[in-house]
Amino acid sequence: MAPRAVVVARVPDIEPGEIRAVTVDGNPIAIANVGGRFYAIDDTCTHEACSLADGILEGTVVTCPCHGAEFDVTDGHVVAPPAPAPVKSYPVRVEDGQIVVEV
Amino acid sequence: MRPVFVIAGASLAGASAAITLRDEGFDGDIVLIGAEADLPYERPPLSKAYLRGEVAFESLLVRPAAFYEERDIDLRLGVRVTAVDVAARQVECDPGGRVAYDALLVATGGRNRRPRIPGLDLAGVYDLRTRGDADRLRTELTPGRRAVVVGMGFIGCEVAASLRTMGLEVVAVEPEKTPLFRVLGEEVGRALERLHRDRGVHAHLGDAVARFEGAGRVERVVTRGGRTIPCDLAVVGLGIEPATEIVAGTPVEVDNGIVVDELCRTNVGGVFAAGDVARHFHPVFGRHLRVEHWQNALKQGAAAARSMLGRGRPYDEVHWFWSDQYDVNLQYAGFHTSWERLVVRGSLDARDGIAFYMNGRRIDAAVALNRPKDIRLAMPLIKRRADVDPEALRDPDVDLRRLARASAS
Repeated sequence: MAPRAVVVARVPDIEPGEIRAVTVDGNPIAIANVGGRFYAIDDTCTHEACSLADGILEGTVVTCPCHGAEFDVTDGHVVAPPAPAPVKSYPVRVEDGQIVVEV
Repeated sequence: MRPVFVIAGASLAGASAAITLRDEGFDGDIVLIGAEADLPYERPPLSKAYLRGEVAFESLLVRPAAFYEERDIDLRLGVRVTAVDVAARQVECDPGGRVAYDALLVATGGRNRRPRIPGLDLAGVYDLRTRGDADRLRTELTPGRRAVVVGMGFIGCEVAASLRTMGLEVVAVEPEKTPLFRVLGEEVGRALERLHRDRGVHAHLGDAVARFEGAGRVERVVTRGGRTIPCDLAVVGLGIEPATEIVAGTPVEVDNGIVVDELCRTNVGGVFAAGDVARHFHPVFGRHLRVEHWQNALKQGAAAARSMLGRGRPYDEVHWFWSDQYDVNLQYAGFHTSWERLVVRGSLDARDGIAFYMNGRRIDAAVALNRPKDIRLAMPLIKRRADVDPEALRDPDVDLRRLARASAS
């Protein structure tokens, strides 16, 4: 299937340093604002399925609240265990003040 | 000759050290020796998801089998290091004989305490440390059976929760007045007691097991308080002791664990220790600490590896662990033994709160029930030994993130 662009939020909804979950087609995606740049990754930790958007964002690294696994929001790679696998990341762009994710 | 680094103990600390050595570019030999037959694996799920049969063993592996070959790590499983000759710089292995080392990391972990309780060796009485222990226990876990959990420390609490979740009847016996009393104190302990009682655990607090009885297999537990508790099985969780015996008879200093400095070095050249077995000088708290946490095994193992390469930095991570019981995610960070006051934000009874163990205006440690984010925010405050207003901590309208930032400036 070709990627589809979905508007998930408005730019002011997610402040720099913030990470927030949105739902696209029933799947939670975490949108992170790193110094004005937006990134999108699957919200569900690959360890025990906690919401990464409930975690803490420091720079480009989000720490899962449940067990401390760390992911880089720019590409979803694992920075620190116990997560066994990366989370999927999605292209993001800003159009007319809106955050658009390609899923 | 390529240098040889030997790691005694192939659990998380040892595996983490081996991985780190290669990540840091070490191109000598790495010999990783483990007494268990399994590839290095993570133990936290043994009392939780793995015990309940919710995840496969493979998901517990620190790395897949191929990794060790790819990274040229000589992994010797089912082999026990029995002794160290620090003068000759050799370890004695069974089987396998002597292996020479240029640097040795002792990461032998711990073993379960086995107090002399009559009947402890009866069939149907279990303890839990290894995958094998969990597999054996799991065969007994069918709904409706009656289990006695001995000790309400972390393992006992987690096992009680898993067994209740699986539909067993659970009676717990704990000598202290609340679960986890010695670690977390009475107020937090009471909240955990209520949690377990609400989920149907019959907890006998302030009582201890006198003996296990049964004809060839446990049938009942008799307590010092005079109770007789009929049961189909029992699980004992009374803590661990550090597995230090491989350095017995050497000059390596042992005192409730192998004593190491902030760089994980023992008093003997070329010998390092990390993980559950190590009593490490923690620069933040200014004293030696031996902790038995997943995070410590992971990160201290890595820190020790860098020290072995001569690139060590003082290991100063704030200790942190979690314990999942039912739908409650408990997290703890820091270190405390005594405290002047316990400052609670939110509600422990509602299982939505964090408690700070404070001395003066300093947070030594914090424990949270279903507030993992608050623990993350507290960690920098603990690490910096920050001056914090207890009233601000208590006030739900004060943002912890702002408090952390304010104390940093």
